[in-house]
Amino acid sequence: MSKAKVGIVVFPGSNCDHDAYFAFKDILKVDTKFLWHKEESIGDRNLIILPGGFSYGDYLRCGAIARFSNLMSDIINFANNGGVVIGICNGFQILCETGLLPGVLLKNKNLQFICKTVSLTVENNKSIFTGNCEIKEVINIPIAHGEGCYFCDDNTLMELISNNQILFTYNDNPNGSLNNIAGIQNIKRNILGMMPHPERAADEILGNTDGIKILSSVVESFE
Amino acid sequence: MFIAKIRITLRSSILDPQGKAVEGSLNSLGFEEIIDTRIGKYIELKIDSDKKAEAENIAGLACKKLLANPVMENYEFDIIKSDGG
Repeated sequence: MSKAKVGIVVFPGSNCDHDAYFAFKDILKVDTKFLWHKEESIGDRNLIILPGGFSYGDYLRCGAIARFSNLMSDIINFANNGGVVIGICNGFQILCETGLLPGVLLKNKNLQFICKTVSLTVENNKSIFTGNCEIKEVINIPIAHGEGCYFCDDNTLMELISNNQILFTYNDNPNGSLNNIAGIQNIKRNILGMMPHPERAADEILGNTDGIKILSSVVESFE
Repeated sequence: MFIAKIRITLRSSILDPQGKAVEGSLNSLGFEEIIDTRIGKYIELKIDSDKKAEAENIAGLACKKLLANPVMENYEFDIIKSDGG
């Protein structure tokens, strides 16, 4: 039985919070709660999900305003002390804005909002987020974003590569991301940010359960 | 009272696909002399302070902490005295 206690943060404008809740609570049968962004503390939660959506209308820059909401200061402390945090899509953008992950997500190179299932390669399966994947396994996960073009400076990219922080790459880069990067972990390996949505590929009835490999990996890491 | 007029631009190393699209449109309108187009943001802050140095400091901190992301953007601003209103 997993000791994971999932907390899904709800910002004004989050819209994948219920998908994430369903994937953890109803499919993986994990203790799962929503956390409203105005709360002061994450309480007893030990696995924090920053879900997809358009927090604060994506005003100024995606994720820039969510970064200063009440609950985020507790989440930043939690993450800096080794707590496990996953940011999906807008959540990834928020993690980059907080500086918990390096780099930034720019407007897609083709200027379009892209909503489709894409093929990813798992570049590293020695992480708590990819333990149930094979190395170089190809998985199909949906994306839905207008600002998903990952960018960082040359030094940061060299560090990401040499520290095996790149977990997922696009096989057919849809958005112009540097080095086809779709998802990265921090150097301490307790924070994951990814643009594709594993929670949208979690239920058999939707025809694709590749996302479960990622979500179950992290849940099982709490056993 | 001071007004900070802040300009935020993408760093030159960052591709600006929006600028490229607008540039293409300008070129097709016949503005062939326009060879580069970059799109940024303009922000005005009204700052309740009677010292210009203090207003400058506040505007700089606001840019650093929230208004610009140094990974992808540069900022610059002018501080102008205002009578309020």
